[in-house]
Amino acid sequence: MNRILPRIFRTVAALVACAVLSVSAIANPAAGADVRVEDGWIRSLPGDLPAGGYGTIVNDTAAEVVLVDVSSPDYGRVQIHQSYTTPEGNARMRQIKRLRIPAHGRVAFAPGGYHLMMMDARKPMQPGDRVQVELRFAGGSVVQATLLVRPASYGG
Amino acid sequence: MSRPLRLPSVCLVPSNLSHRVIFRPHPRAFHVLSALVLAALLSATGCARRQTWQLTDINGNLPDLKFTLATAGNARLTAADFRGQIVLLYFGYVHCPDVCPMTMARLGGIVGKLGPEAAKVRILFVSVDPKRDTPALTETYARAFSPAATGATGSPAEIERLARRYRVAYQAEPVDGSGNYEVMHSKAVYVFDGSGHVRLLIDDTDKPDAVVHDLRQLAQSS
Repeated sequence: MNRILPRIFRTVAALVACAVLSVSAIANPAAGADVRVEDGWIRSLPGDLPAGGYGTIVNDTAAEVVLVDVSSPDYGRVQIHQSYTTPEGNARMRQIKRLRIPAHGRVAFAPGGYHLMMMDARKPMQPGDRVQVELRFAGGSVVQATLLVRPASYGG
Repeated sequence: MSRPLRLPSVCLVPSNLSHRVIFRPHPRAFHVLSALVLAALLSATGCARRQTWQLTDINGNLPDLKFTLATAGNARLTAADFRGQIVLLYFGYVHCPDVCPMTMARLGGIVGKLGPEAAKVRILFVSVDPKRDTPALTETYARAFSPAATGATGSPAEIERLARRYRVAYQAEPVDGSGNYEVMHSKAVYVFDGSGHVRLLIDDTDKPDAVVHDLRQLAQSS
């Protein structure tokens, strides 16, 4: 009996550890929990001009996620940008390297604010086309999203 | 920001009437005078109500519309080409993925809501990035947002002169690793009437309905 009890404790401890690990794995989006992009779209512009990509990143997990990179097979380069207005009323943009999406939160990419700067399109984009993008988060998880190409005049 | 109220000259009592009242006294002069004063007051009130602007009134605060630029086919474009048209003047650049398209789409949508008055309104998009933006590309870009839009640019000296005339700031920022660069630019949209006089300022916090109201009012009075 004296030798069995410590074994039982070890087994229980191991089971508890496994349970804790698996719970934390669920909370970690790297395990494929629910982070997604809603209402994604791109404003089509003439020629190969850089285009703005929009949508809302929804984080339905219990942990903050941090967007660190976006790429698309249809564009040579994609950057995360934020437009802002200077105190003098001038328009500027800044590049964003890390964007936090809080637990059970969302961050909107919308004209005049956060946007994806989609550069070097590999083919001419027409309204109605669909563009795949990959969002990479700190920790290595990846979320796929589809952006609908809309006319330049959209939102007017 | 203050929004001064402007009474158009048509509300003033014609000077020949007051002349007659003062120099040809009549037994009923006081009655006539009272009636005239009352009429003037009523009409001034009426005019003030009709001519209330919802946007920022900048009448007389900037010089009249005047420029020499180039548009598609390197065709020369001057303010005279827009005489009789209400002009919405906006400065931006073609490689602008977010704010310029947002503003141009917004202006295009507003002109589309004007109905018959839309034919009197032009959106003039001036690129402050003449190094990258050719007249043809600027015109193609502007037209993508609205059939009421014209795109133009000019030599660096022409752009500088025009921007200074309207106290508009712009500056090309340093080139990034991939050869791209951002251009800081004003967000203001200036509205000129058919005679080329500056009248209103549209900023991005103005509601589309307010812009539609004022442009329609301006189109109907010019």
